[in-house]
Amino acid sequence: MNITSAPPTTDRRIDVALPGAAGQTEAVAWLEGAQAQIAGRAVWSEVRLEIGAGEFTAILGPNGSGKTTLLRVLLGELPLAAGRASVLGRDPGAAKGQIGYLPQRRHFDAGIRIRGVDLVRLGLDGARWGLPIRALGRDRVREAIELVCASEYATRPIGRLSGGEQQRLLIAQALVTDPRVLILDEPLDSLDLPNQTAVSALLARICKQQGVTVLLVAHDVNPLLSYLDRVVYFGAGRAAVGTPREVITAGTLSRLYGVPIEVLTTADGRLFVAGLPEAPAHHSGRHEHDEQ
Amino acid sequence: MFEHEFVRNAWLAGTAIALASGLVGHFVVLRAQVFAGDALTHVAFTGAVAAAAAGIDTRIGLFAATIAVALAIGVLGDRRAGDDTTIGIVFAWILGLGVYFLALFSSRAGGGNGLLGARTLFGSIFGLSAADARLATVIAAAIIAILLAIARPLLFATVDPAVAGARGVPVRALGLLFLVLLGATAAEATQAIGALLLLGLLAAPAGAAQRLTANPYRAIGLSAALAVFSTWAGLTLSYLIPKLPPSSAIIAVAAGVYVLAFLASTDLHGLGRRLAAPLSGGTET
Amino acid sequence: MSSSALPLAGLSLDPVSDFQQLTAFPFMVNALEAGTAVAIMAGVVGWFMVLRRESFAGHTLSLMAFPGATGALLIGLPAAAGYFVFCGASALVIGLGSSGVRRHRGEESALTGVVQALGLACGFVFLSLYQGVLAGYENLLFGDFLGITRGQVLTLAIVAVLALCGFALVGRPLLFASVDETVARARGVPVRGLALAFLLVLGLAVAATAQITGVLLVFALLVAPAATAQQITCRIGASLVLSVILGVAITWAGLALAYFYSEPVGFYITTVAFTIYVIARVTRAVIDHSTLLRRRPEIAEAHA
Repeated sequence: MNITSAPPTTDRRIDVALPGAAGQTEAVAWLEGAQAQIAGRAVWSEVRLEIGAGEFTAILGPNGSGKTTLLRVLLGELPLAAGRASVLGRDPGAAKGQIGYLPQRRHFDAGIRIRGVDLVRLGLDGARWGLPIRALGRDRVREAIELVCASEYATRPIGRLSGGEQQRLLIAQALVTDPRVLILDEPLDSLDLPNQTAVSALLARICKQQGVTVLLVAHDVNPLLSYLDRVVYFGAGRAAVGTPREVITAGTLSRLYGVPIEVLTTADGRLFVAGLPEAPAHHSGRHEHDEQ
Repeated sequence: MFEHEFVRNAWLAGTAIALASGLVGHFVVLRAQVFAGDALTHVAFTGAVAAAAAGIDTRIGLFAATIAVALAIGVLGDRRAGDDTTIGIVFAWILGLGVYFLALFSSRAGGGNGLLGARTLFGSIFGLSAADARLATVIAAAIIAILLAIARPLLFATVDPAVAGARGVPVRALGLLFLVLLGATAAEATQAIGALLLLGLLAAPAGAAQRLTANPYRAIGLSAALAVFSTWAGLTLSYLIPKLPPSSAIIAVAAGVYVLAFLASTDLHGLGRRLAAPLSGGTET
Repeated sequence: MSSSALPLAGLSLDPVSDFQQLTAFPFMVNALEAGTAVAIMAGVVGWFMVLRRESFAGHTLSLMAFPGATGALLIGLPAAAGYFVFCGASALVIGLGSSGVRRHRGEESALTGVVQALGLACGFVFLSLYQGVLAGYENLLFGDFLGITRGQVLTLAIVAVLALCGFALVGRPLLFASVDETVARARGVPVRGLALAFLLVLGLAVAATAQITGVLLVFALLVAPAATAQQITCRIGASLVLSVILGVAITWAGLALAYFYSEPVGFYITTVAFTIYVIARVTRAVIDHSTLLRRRPEIAEAHA
């Protein structure tokens, strides 16, 4: 697999040839020449991306670079300003029912008197009208909870659980409908390091054992590094796509940002990216809530 | 209008109380403690009636009840800025107590309870004596002075309690002190506006101010100014239209100001769009 | 309101004989039946109100019955019409005003506070204009269990049944929207529409109830049984049923106490409700504390 070097400056695409191994099933999601706009301004453009079935993909990049925007496009909440996208063979949004989605940073009031298992159950049939039939779906809920190893505390009020415990149950809630794709928006961000590691391992296990395609937004690639099949790195209005080893390199990232970037490796294999411009390169007058 | 003494008394007391309410109200809204304010103002009713039933000055009952409940809320309630349910239950019970005391009082005092009830619930600002008005002014001044003294740390503690605590601001103590000030303001203002309507003077000017400006110091000033304006306008209207009770007039003006501020600060086009599709799930984040 | 006209035998503590005394008079039977219907409805509506942390809105809407009644009196309409119009309109104002971007919890409450004060001010103005007997407002605020007619019982029963049917239909998505708004919205639940609809139902339930329980009591019946039930259990179905049962029990207990002793009904109901809640809350705190101590060593091990 190659990294194609950037053509002359007029064409600012960063392209990485994707793994086209034999036996790979058709892409679960793809974007082609995609551009997303918020309030009339382009967040990113010329994004080309293919996600295969059963792959574990992380979306990385600094604040404001458009990571959540990509999720919104895939969920059909934000139409593309240019280019094409497809999820599970259909338009984004049409496939929503087959996607398990875990939004960012949900906060449950400490005093809320609802059990974790009920929350998971709501993920299964909470949107249906009429009285619930208890027996239906009970097994499915129990399986989802066992899958995330949360059986021990699932019957406790959700507000009383620790961040890691809550996150596991929320993952169970996203999985209970047996989705083909699991999309998570910064699932690790409010967790301490041991929990980040544990949840990353859990997601990897779900990905490989259950064959669920996992796509998540993260700030720090390190807890996920050993499990990732693919990385989508946003920056400077573009995206670099490839395996972590291909993308998270000084060369690729420098080309992406147009400024010198260094990637340092610590003794235990953790990567540290230095020199990233934190805020968007041009002050575009975008407000934070547009980009969250 | 001002040649009448009762008008002068009302004006003096009303201005002082409005200033206190506007300032305290700003923090009430900022700290999302409006329900606690509701509870305290209604509790004032129970305090007044209990005092009347016991045969002592209603003002003692007013202050004792509001400050006691303020402390209770501060010590027991505060987890986040609204253990609404706890406040609600305590509140409901205290109103039930008020009912009990009212029945007790009416069985002892004969026909007076109707007037006491109405006066406590809806205020009697035009019925204040000069001494009453002066006392009210002094108490209000004290409340204002204390609040201004703690305004900055209180603001800090409200907006960012964790950092404020780390910097040495006594967050919990300030919170408690604030609730006591709120209770005192409620007791104080009950005489003028009445227990039931007082919440309007706490919420409306402050709510309006916070919709109009994001600068906290400007909002504090604006809140006080709007409260005073509402009081003056209300008293004037009530004087001109005798059938209009003064407390209602004041609240009506305050509410009107709030509505204007609300409309001025809302994206009406966006609101229209949202109203047109209330049943859709919406894609708003 | 005082039952001085009745034979005050006091509770004999023999349940059969007490019950017979309680139901001896038709007006008490009406009161008990109406109270039961109200308690069932309040138990369900209040359960959601407590879950959604909308106690302040509930209290405000219950107070709107006051201008509703006095306004209707002034115009010459039946009081019931005034209740429904005012409570319903206030619910709409609060719901629409709070919809859209949630800037700040305080601002939502400020709106509710303004609605409350303005409504009560109107009520007072109506009362003054009506020039009616001032003592009449006591019944408005504190209820009148002694004068309930069969017609009112029937109306309340119908309203309660309608409310229950409504909740049977939308209860689940409403629960979802109340507990987990973000994901519910993502799954297509009309969160904002349900929020508005719930406030409206709250307003109407309050309007129906306040006619007999009085304005101040409605809120107690909305909050206390539901909050107590939620302290006792987290299981959704059990919690709902318990809320209803507690509501009915509190109402009956309050009515019985008011019958046998001469103090007002409102006081008894709120006191019983408050006591039960405190017991449940304290018990819950004790249980939670002891299980936390017990679990800590296990939690430490699990994370090792």
